[in-house]
Amino acid sequence: MLDYFQRLGERSLSMLERLGRGTIFFLKVLMAIPSVLIRPRLVISQLHSVGVLSFSLIVIAGLFVGMVLALQGFYTLSDFGAEGMLGVMVAASLIRELGPVVAGLLFAGRAGSALTAEIGLMKATEQLSGMEMMAVDPMARVIAPRFLAGLISMPLLASLFTAVGVLGGHLIGVGLLGIDEGGYWSQIQAKIDFQEDVINGLIKSIVFGWVITWIAVFEGYDAIPTSDGVSRATTRTVVHSAFAVLLLDFILTALMFGDI
Amino acid sequence: MHISRSMEVLVGLFVAMGFMALFFLSMQVSNLSASSSGSGYNVQAYFENVGSLKVRAPVSMAGVKVGRVTAIEFDAQEFEAVVTMTIESKYDQLPIDSDASILTAGLLGEQFIGLEPGGEEEFLKEGSRLELTQSALVLEKLIGQFLFNGQSGD
Repeated sequence: MLDYFQRLGERSLSMLERLGRGTIFFLKVLMAIPSVLIRPRLVISQLHSVGVLSFSLIVIAGLFVGMVLALQGFYTLSDFGAEGMLGVMVAASLIRELGPVVAGLLFAGRAGSALTAEIGLMKATEQLSGMEMMAVDPMARVIAPRFLAGLISMPLLASLFTAVGVLGGHLIGVGLLGIDEGGYWSQIQAKIDFQEDVINGLIKSIVFGWVITWIAVFEGYDAIPTSDGVSRATTRTVVHSAFAVLLLDFILTALMFGDI
Repeated sequence: MHISRSMEVLVGLFVAMGFMALFFLSMQVSNLSASSSGSGYNVQAYFENVGSLKVRAPVSMAGVKVGRVTAIEFDAQEFEAVVTMTIESKYDQLPIDSDASILTAGLLGEQFIGLEPGGEEEFLKEGSRLELTQSALVLEKLIGQFLFNGQSGD
């Protein structure tokens, strides 16, 4: 029994320790960002591997999520004779929730895991300490460009996801189910508010991009430099980012839309 | 690290597509293009009961949207609801004795304010008050009245 409590305490202490180390790490990344801004090429090449390579996944996923939403929404709405509201349902759920959240989860799986594995492997093969030896700050050279790239990519990817999803809903709703095209757009425009919905969705995606990239680069940097350690760190990135995204989504939704 | 030209082009394309998506969302999917906020004048109307009227509900005349509800407050002196609405400035020739009623779109739809034009020569302007108002239809009261009338008829 005593042993159990001892282990419980140890685990919570190590969790707190990781959180603290993560926060200090984040501050260090912030301090390294100015030195990255004078060498934007580093960020561009990371934008390629983080953003461009996630592009096709995000677009295809967005298209199918939008199409499924339209099919399912039509099934329910047609019972009430409210098929005209299909566009609003698809657009509102995509802009407010599904766009940022699903894009965030996919981003964590596609880009976050790759970031962790890459940085972890750099550490395992002692490239990071090699850089330090050559008086190159790995924070400025390796970590900060990746962090910035993730921060920039995520809102763009989430916007793409949402836009493609709305078009996918249009494809199914107007093309297959025979809803009036003008009604689809005019209902959306009447109901979706720029400030309330689009901006809040954008804020969500920025927050998710920040937390996912932070977790990913920290897990990589903090990984035990063995093949086992890197693999564990990669798993942790995906699991922790998924939790963080869903938890933050709840908090942000309660703050943004809670009073309605 | 060497960066090839094609990589730069791809990154540029990615960022451009991302911003295009955002532009599409704000222009085609939201009310940004349709809204004419800022350019309008405020008028007030006192209602006995606003039902489930919400802020941002449309204000329409002859079925065409002419403005939006911007605030709903309770007046503790008159025990009535004060509804402030912004009428778009291009509709600046509405008679001052127009009346406002709270209507429902469809049987279960949301509530909006319908304006009926009056006959005065003077026009509504910033700060005017609509004197003639008709409250929202409260279904419970209606049913109560119906039951009461039915009993007294027996």
